[in-house]
Amino acid sequence: MPATRLMPTQESDDLIALTREIVDKELRPRVDEAEASATFPREVFRTLGRAGLMSLPYPEELGGGDQPYEVYLQVLEEIASAWASVGVGVSVHALSCFGLFTAGTDEQREQWLPEMLSGEQLGAYCLSEAHAGSDPAAMRTRAVRDGDDYVIDGAKAWTTHGGEADFYKVMARTSDDGGRGISCFLVPAGSPGLTADVPERKMGLTGSTTATMLFDGVRVPAGRRLGDEGQGLPIALAGLDAGRLGIAAVAVGVAQGALDVAVAYAKEREAFGKPVIEHQGLAFLLADMAAAVDSARATYLHAARMRDAGRPYGREASVAKLVATDNASRVTADAVQVLGGAGYTKDFPVERYMRETKVMQIFEGTNQIQRLVISRHLAR
Amino acid sequence: MANIVVLVKYVPDATGDRTFTSDNTVDRVGVDGLLSELDEYAVEEALKVVEAGDGEVTVLTVGPEQAADAVRKALQIGAHKGVHVLDDAIAGSDAAATSLVLAKAIEKIADYDIVMTGLASTDGAMSVVPAMLAERLGLPQLTFASELTIEGDTIRIRRDGDAATETIEASGKMVVSVTDQINEPRYPSFKGIMAAKKKPVETWSIADLGIEASQVGTAAAWTKVLSFEPRPPRTAGEIVTDEGDGGTKLAEYLASKKFV
Ligand SMILES: Cc1cc2nc3c(=O)[nH]c(=O)nc-3n(C[C@H](O)[C@H](O)[C@H](O)COP(=O)(O)OP(=O)(O)OC[C@H]3O[C@@H](n4cnc5c(N)ncnc54)[C@H](O)[C@@H]3O)c2cc1C
Repeated sequence: MPATRLMPTQESDDLIALTREIVDKELRPRVDEAEASATFPREVFRTLGRAGLMSLPYPEELGGGDQPYEVYLQVLEEIASAWASVGVGVSVHALSCFGLFTAGTDEQREQWLPEMLSGEQLGAYCLSEAHAGSDPAAMRTRAVRDGDDYVIDGAKAWTTHGGEADFYKVMARTSDDGGRGISCFLVPAGSPGLTADVPERKMGLTGSTTATMLFDGVRVPAGRRLGDEGQGLPIALAGLDAGRLGIAAVAVGVAQGALDVAVAYAKEREAFGKPVIEHQGLAFLLADMAAAVDSARATYLHAARMRDAGRPYGREASVAKLVATDNASRVTADAVQVLGGAGYTKDFPVERYMRETKVMQIFEGTNQIQRLVISRHLAR
Repeated sequence: MANIVVLVKYVPDATGDRTFTSDNTVDRVGVDGLLSELDEYAVEEALKVVEAGDGEVTVLTVGPEQAADAVRKALQIGAHKGVHVLDDAIAGSDAAATSLVLAKAIEKIADYDIVMTGLASTDGAMSVVPAMLAERLGLPQLTFASELTIEGDTIRIRRDGDAATETIEASGKMVVSVTDQINEPRYPSFKGIMAAKKKPVETWSIADLGIEASQVGTAAAWTKVLSFEPRPPRTAGEIVTDEGDGGTKLAEYLASKKFV
């Protein structure tokens, strides 16, 4: 059963219908094979891009769809309900464009954003380092000014789309002043000295490439610095608020997908002479799963509406990320339970969903960090 | 220069349950529906023709309120304008009456070179409307096109039959129906969704077309569905376990059913 949605406009209703059509015809037929063989689905992103689904939250004059987060996130959820790696990818792409959009000059935006939002390009962002994940202010990758250029040296860990992307939003140290010594750069793929290490071998999201990006004397013109020197960390963290909403929507999508598989199975599978959904012990588990999915959706939509209204939403974004990803982990594990032994095999997608939702409690700020953000708001 | 009228039909979603009204006609009002998938090939082909030259694509539908969704979808894919013939009197019309309404609407559109259709609707699946329409309009018909080329005002099509492949051509105004082999329909895009909001759609009644209520609807239908019942679900097949003699068993089975 597709989720029931109250969309704000006719065109957003049509947008959901378009997303479902593309998901059914282009994503569902490919997901199992690509995830099993760890193949990055570059072409699927082009299909989504051509339909305009890779640039929805950006203004029309820059090539975007001018859609509020309330709409964009529900499209993202629909994509992720069929294919988590692609949902994560769309969110990461949107996040990679965010720095240029919020911190770039008009000239910088007009020069690069239309191409980045055209749907043909794919973005990545490089914040984390091997020893600096939850604490990005500890990063060591350096950008040293040299005439009209900066020269970047170091390694950025965990880059989603590392080696596949067309451009990288890179945070690097320009002074030793801790969190105030970091700057943000837009680095094109193919820059001499920029290479991707061997991709990580992950527990899930196997179709999504994650790799350390190696910077060996990479020259970047000073005109590609976004915002002032030292503004890099605030730019990255502002982007993370929006990115957390993206991950919340993706987690709800995967949980919805798991719920759908579980309910369908429980109606077919019989034990003790009747469908297992007619055993109250299991039916109540399914009811709890549905409640977890619906409440997580409501939570991210509330945060999205705060954002769309121009209100501060950092706390709400962290609540949404925490609730949606914790719920999704539980719902997907319960979906395996509903399917019994079958759920534990690769013949059904629920074991994959379970592996996929685990990482959502880790990236874009671990759920410990979300609690840290929320509790700091409470202590204010 | 080719202005093309594409016929589009709003059909019940084939993945949903079929329901019927009290007079045994398909329920088109109380169910989820969509643009008949086979019509998407006609929309795509028409767009390809005008994109290669010039001209406009007008989509025409006859159907209830919700049929406007089919028109809107075609406009989102790229058609330029729409016409929706909407009239309570039309409900329950058979193919002959439907072709009458379509013919009158096409005559009213007037400025067209080609009428393009899908090979059948995914609900009725009769495939007769294009031929009836050509007859009513007095136009040549090129049906079941799996390939289409245009030279001046001549169109040549390839029609793949069971026994032979034919190449047929006609000139001037004509009716063309296309199969699902002819192209790969594009998806709408979000830009298309936004652009469709500004495209003109006219809604006409049968009075606008000079048609009397008595000429259409259930009462005017030449045939009537008296009853229907779902076909019994397929029974479980026979499973042959291969114990080294699987081939022999299969051959025996086929022989017993007189297949070999
Ligand atoms: C698949 C995948 C894709 C990723 N994609 C990207 C990407 O595209 N770009 C990018 O920049 N990064 C990306 N990351 C990195 C990700 O954001 C980090 O892994 C994450 O921020 C956690 O950092 P860490 O792994 O270094 O964990 P650590 O910071 O070492 O944390 C270890 C544990 O300590 C806990 N902890 C740390 N600090 C505190 C504290 N103050 N209070 C309580 N507990 C704490 C953490 O919650 C965690 O449980 C990705 C990671 C993965 C796995």
